[in-house]
Amino acid sequence: MFSLLGVPPQVLFGQLLLGLINGSFYALLSLGLAVIFGMLNVINFAHGALYMVGAFVAWLLLTYLGLGYWWALVLAPLAVGLLGIALEKSMLSRLYKLDHLYGLLLTFGLALILEGAFRHQYGVSGQPYPIPAALQGGQNLGFMFLPNYRAWVVVASLTICFGTWFAIERTKLGAYLRAATENPTLVQAFGINVPVMVSLTYGFGVALAGLAGVLAAPIYQVSPLMGTNLIIIVFAVVVIGGMGSILGAIVTGLGLGLLEGLTKVFYPEASNIVVFVVMAIVLLIKPAGLFGRER
Amino acid sequence: MRTLLLAGTALLTLAGTAIPAAAQVSDNVIRIGVMNDRSGIYADLAGEGSAIAARMAAEEFGNKVAGAPVEIVVADHQNKADIAASKAREWVDTGGVDVIADVPNSAAALAVQGITKDKKRIFLMSGPGATALSGAQCSPYGFQWTYDNYAMAAGTGRALYEQGKKKWFFVTADYAFGQSLEEETTKMVKSLGGTISGSVRHPLGTSDFSSFLLQAQGSGADVIGLANAGGDTVNAVKQAAEFGITQSGQSLAGLLMFITDVNALGLQSAQGLMLTTGFYWDMDDQTREWSKKFEAKAGKKPTMVQAGVYSAVKHYLKSVEAAKTDDADKVTAKMREMPVEDMFAKKGRIAANGRMIHDMYLAQVKTPAESKGAWDYYKIVKTIPADTAFMDPKQSGCALVK
Amino acid sequence: MTVASNATTIAMRGASRGTGTVLIAALLLAVAIAAPFVLYPVFLMKVLCFALFACAFNLLIGFAGLLSFGHAAFFGGAAYIAAHTVKVWGWAPEFGLLAATAVAGAMGLVFGLIAIRRQGIYFAMITLALSQMIFFLALQLPFTHGEDGIQGVPRGTLFGLFDLNQPLTMYYTVLAIFLGGFALIWRTVHSPFGQVLKAIRENEPRAVSLGYRTDRYKLVAFVLSASLAGLAGGTKAIVFQLASLTDVTWQMSGEVVLMTLLGGMGTLLGPVVGAGLVVTLESYLAATSLPVPVVIGCIFVVCVLVFRRGIVGELLHRLPKRGH
Repeated sequence: MFSLLGVPPQVLFGQLLLGLINGSFYALLSLGLAVIFGMLNVINFAHGALYMVGAFVAWLLLTYLGLGYWWALVLAPLAVGLLGIALEKSMLSRLYKLDHLYGLLLTFGLALILEGAFRHQYGVSGQPYPIPAALQGGQNLGFMFLPNYRAWVVVASLTICFGTWFAIERTKLGAYLRAATENPTLVQAFGINVPVMVSLTYGFGVALAGLAGVLAAPIYQVSPLMGTNLIIIVFAVVVIGGMGSILGAIVTGLGLGLLEGLTKVFYPEASNIVVFVVMAIVLLIKPAGLFGRER
Repeated sequence: MRTLLLAGTALLTLAGTAIPAAAQVSDNVIRIGVMNDRSGIYADLAGEGSAIAARMAAEEFGNKVAGAPVEIVVADHQNKADIAASKAREWVDTGGVDVIADVPNSAAALAVQGITKDKKRIFLMSGPGATALSGAQCSPYGFQWTYDNYAMAAGTGRALYEQGKKKWFFVTADYAFGQSLEEETTKMVKSLGGTISGSVRHPLGTSDFSSFLLQAQGSGADVIGLANAGGDTVNAVKQAAEFGITQSGQSLAGLLMFITDVNALGLQSAQGLMLTTGFYWDMDDQTREWSKKFEAKAGKKPTMVQAGVYSAVKHYLKSVEAAKTDDADKVTAKMREMPVEDMFAKKGRIAANGRMIHDMYLAQVKTPAESKGAWDYYKIVKTIPADTAFMDPKQSGCALVK
Repeated sequence: MTVASNATTIAMRGASRGTGTVLIAALLLAVAIAAPFVLYPVFLMKVLCFALFACAFNLLIGFAGLLSFGHAAFFGGAAYIAAHTVKVWGWAPEFGLLAATAVAGAMGLVFGLIAIRRQGIYFAMITLALSQMIFFLALQLPFTHGEDGIQGVPRGTLFGLFDLNQPLTMYYTVLAIFLGGFALIWRTVHSPFGQVLKAIRENEPRAVSLGYRTDRYKLVAFVLSASLAGLAGGTKAIVFQLASLTDVTWQMSGEVVLMTLLGGMGTLLGPVVGAGLVVTLESYLAATSLPVPVVIGCIFVVCVLVFRRGIVGELLHRLPKRGH
């Protein structure tokens, strides 16, 4: 039996598949960030916190209203999206005329508030959230045991990612959006309400984070700190992909998930850092990121 | 001035019985500082509950010992060693604090241990698990009360070995405590004749364990030892259930698990886990009675860390009463002399390295069917007798052990 | 009004401002010297360390317009260097601090070379990611002792003369270090070099068209800022006798942004005021049941939304108007 650097191929396949699953989380989160950045020029530091809120909404729905996973899949992103729109209308929208850095700082503060408040209310030990009955169990693929839920996560997030990409790059609505980023005044003159469109975009971007939160709830702990560590990695993904590039975010998210999966086999201690190493290398060679345009 | 004061104190001490007891308590108050994490990852494990436990201990003395009132003050070290250090200094220098209690988070505890050692203040550690605290970094004034990493790891390691699970694989947090858990368990398992089939180090705060678990599964080990803590352990256990690892015959062992972790997991995922604990609320009438009182104040059952704070503070106050002074040297002498006897520890004693030696317990997490409700989580499988539960003080590396 | 009289009033205002500044400086210095007799010295030293850190950070954001979200790497990284050289290698504290500053400067050079090629948010993201690598190193390298950190660092004797175990000696040493760092920043800002930095902040393409090699200027500013942040971190390690992971986390980078923002970006005294307030607030909140992050987050949001000049910035903004 042949092996690669001492690792049998079936282990490698297994790890790559797992990497793809993680990558689809990265893709979903970085997609939201990229949409927001592309349209609003805001680095949404609160993205990780809103991902956490999404997971918590799912847990709250189950605990207090008895509404299960499938309801949460619809309601939680909606709730997070509405929260996002409220934040955008009341705070973020005041900052567009200023340096973009203020958007980053504002959302950083919002992230602290959201995480602190949930921590204060629910503690940090985390809350259990079961895998929905329909997706329990798994398939034996020969080289590994693939839980059905993980397969569902990959399918769901890839569908959403490419759906979003299609909507923005290939439809009329997407064309308006892109035009509004380039020249808001002109688009406004065509009779399109740009501020509303911007709010909706932000709402949509954070709804994606909320959705990722619901998808994550059954496999990770529902805890106020779940977004804190993830967000930094997702930032790196967005930077590597080229900020604002939708396709870049998706492809880089998946690619880095795979790379991280491999790192977990060969040098597991470094699996949290490999993303940053890649980032430094990419920036040295291509400062605008893999899919970014030089501005 | 200082020498004068010292001479004065010495004179007073010499005068002994003639002077009312309160005169020998510095600034006439016994002040106990409960320092822990009140908002971060250890807030549920220790947090306000530890302060409640300390207050319960003081109340049993009518909030008064050796003629002086007992006062409990609290602080949040936010898991930062520098905040712990500066708060401890401030407490000792200007706050009139005689004892610091709890301090989960080993970095913070090591910082406080350094200060209390310099300043001759008693330090009652219930929260931290680092063996260095009663080893290389031990202090004549520092007492590690509830558990330590060795007791947790070695206890579980031995117990599982005795059940015939001899081949281990470790999923280890790439942090000092994770490595020390792995090391202690490895030593124990190997000394009994078991084997280690491998280990994998993961970064702290990993959310996805599937890859590591798959490697563990591929190793063909009998037991997967989780040498990590808190959220990491919870995620690992949850995902082990998802990937069908426990169903395929491998067991999981939490080397540093607390009841709050089991609560976070839910019994569905946690059932069957083996772990070592220093205390469980549902062990006997005494623990049940105390825990009921605690629950009335805190709204939930006590963790072993919180129960340990109660026991340590109570023993301290008892010793102050017996020594009739709060002078740290005299009180520690009494603390070492008297057995620790309360609902937490039966016939506990303090070893030369500051380790409080008491029985530990091997617990198995109940199945959802066995559990009668909230916090009814453990079956106590076995008592690990005090003599074998902890590291031999002679091997601890503590300079105080001769 | 003639040009001449206009010039005189400006000169006069400048002069009165000058004496005013000297007066304020003397007053502040007197307060700083007297402070340890009133307030707890360890607390004051913490404020001074963070004040220097915030001033160093402000040199970048306030005067060169670069938001670094990775300054914790220099602060915390240098703390490890100071702690290790003093504790393990037995160096005198002054050499430990020098080593800490030098290493932080070298790290600043590497960070700078990578990061200054981009501006604005890109710059912030890159520094953030690079500082995560330093965090990883702090966790992995054996000499940092993982999450336990380097504990029990001896304070030692400064220049073989001053015993730093005396709280007051330690305090005045920290004060001297702070004043030295502050003076260096003051000098830099008011030098031709500082003027070029401001020109870059206001309009980089214009500075380029005037023939300035802006990248060089930004790099020097970055290295200077990193070195001073390192000096602050090293000092903190000596004061608290420990170096731990807390100081290398990205949350620490966020904290220094908050201090500067609250006090006033681009003002010299702002970061000092901001650092004082944040440290006081944190130590005050530690004893209450209010959740610290929520309060800090609220301050962040309020600052960004309605108080962008910060406390000192707002004061300065109002002062000259009164003259009219």
